[in-house]
Amino acid sequence: MRNLRKFAFLGVLALVPLAGCRQDMHDQPRFKPLAESDFYPDMRSARQPVEGTVARGQLHEDTYFYTGLVNGKPGDYMPFPVTKDVLERGRQRFDIYCTPCHSRMGDGNGVVVQRGFQRPPSYHTDRLRNAPLGYFFDVMTAGFGAMPSYAEQVPARDRWAIVAYIRALQLSQNATSADVPPGQKVPSPAPEFRGDPGSGATLPQLQPVQNESGGEAK
Amino acid sequence: MQIFHRATNTIAKATIFGSIFLLAFILWACIQFQRSPYVTYAHVARPQPVPFSHEHHVGAIGLDCRYCHTSVEKSSFAGIPPTQTCMNCHSQIWLGAPMLEPVRASYRSGKSLVWNRVNDLPDFVYFNHSIHINKGIGCNTCHGPVDRMPLMYNEASLQMEWCLDCHRDPAKYIRPRSQVFNMRYEPPSGSKPMELDGKLYTDQLVLGKDLVKQYNLRTVADITSCSTCHR
Repeated sequence: MRNLRKFAFLGVLALVPLAGCRQDMHDQPRFKPLAESDFYPDMRSARQPVEGTVARGQLHEDTYFYTGLVNGKPGDYMPFPVTKDVLERGRQRFDIYCTPCHSRMGDGNGVVVQRGFQRPPSYHTDRLRNAPLGYFFDVMTAGFGAMPSYAEQVPARDRWAIVAYIRALQLSQNATSADVPPGQKVPSPAPEFRGDPGSGATLPQLQPVQNESGGEAK
Repeated sequence: MQIFHRATNTIAKATIFGSIFLLAFILWACIQFQRSPYVTYAHVARPQPVPFSHEHHVGAIGLDCRYCHTSVEKSSFAGIPPTQTCMNCHSQIWLGAPMLEPVRASYRSGKSLVWNRVNDLPDFVYFNHSIHINKGIGCNTCHGPVDRMPLMYNEASLQMEWCLDCHRDPAKYIRPRSQVFNMRYEPPSGSKPMELDGKLYTDQLVLGKDLVKQYNLRTVADITSCSTCHR
């Protein structure tokens, strides 16, 4: 009998640590990004800046860099030099944010357009070929027609990189044999792809090419 | 006085011996239980205000992850898109769909959509998306085949043993930076070799070792130290 009591006591004692099984460390009293808060009427823990205030470093003094406009008219120069890195960045960002509608070619026949969105104009028209650089930046920043502003999704420097890449796209679609560097053959062999076509903005994998001519095979 | 038959001695011995196995089994069952989806919610789709399909938007439309999760490359938080991002397309597509009414209502009223968090790490874990992205860890290495998920679920258990599986040997999973957002990336193999910087790879571990060096990953001792994740 005494033994039984002892066992029962030990059994209850063994259950005591269970009382410590709480999730306090798991769910700490702090907000993760964009978490809900019942403190504010709009339930947002992430607050908008107070109206009329400017966050540090966001005064945007360089108006051309942030609007593409000079005295209200689109300017026609890049605010920073265009290097190969800038163009690569521009292509990458173009492929992420612009191709859904404008397509990789820039002809305005992207997949979202094929699903019923209003077709944007092709970049390869005389009007857009002659449009100043700042025009493209302004459209990305402020939106145009059915196209919303992309200023929230794409930072200003990336928008400029996309502008540079759009110009490169336009040139590529309008190239002549004079643009081919000496020593390169035209047409170059079509690239061979393997496997799945990749997804989203990722180019499909190129088939490794055995390179005998010593020319550019990429 | 002999109450029980002699044979019962064997049963008694077997019971004592068997109890070891029974205890081992109970222990094993407990461990498996706390690894199970019942506890980790792995592969359990959560209810959402709108049944958003990654399968459709990523797999069929081909949107890049970063179209919506804009801060994933430069912030700890990948970012949940504002309603405006949905309306970029849905101002013209699927205009009358009742399924999308919460999105339109949110756009009209300016009230946020309240999504249920799917990949929810414990608050005592410091996690940063950008470092993983920039060191060549693919989205689907952790998030699974998102382009085949009609409803979002977490692929991983998000338990520490799962984190450590990679932190102990990142070469098993690391991939070229250009492939991080590729949902159909396949590690190099004998039948599908990969060319990178003029070198032909047929084995993930060989590629992994090179990339770990090239991307300047911290040593295994560094990234398995407690304070890397528990700060």
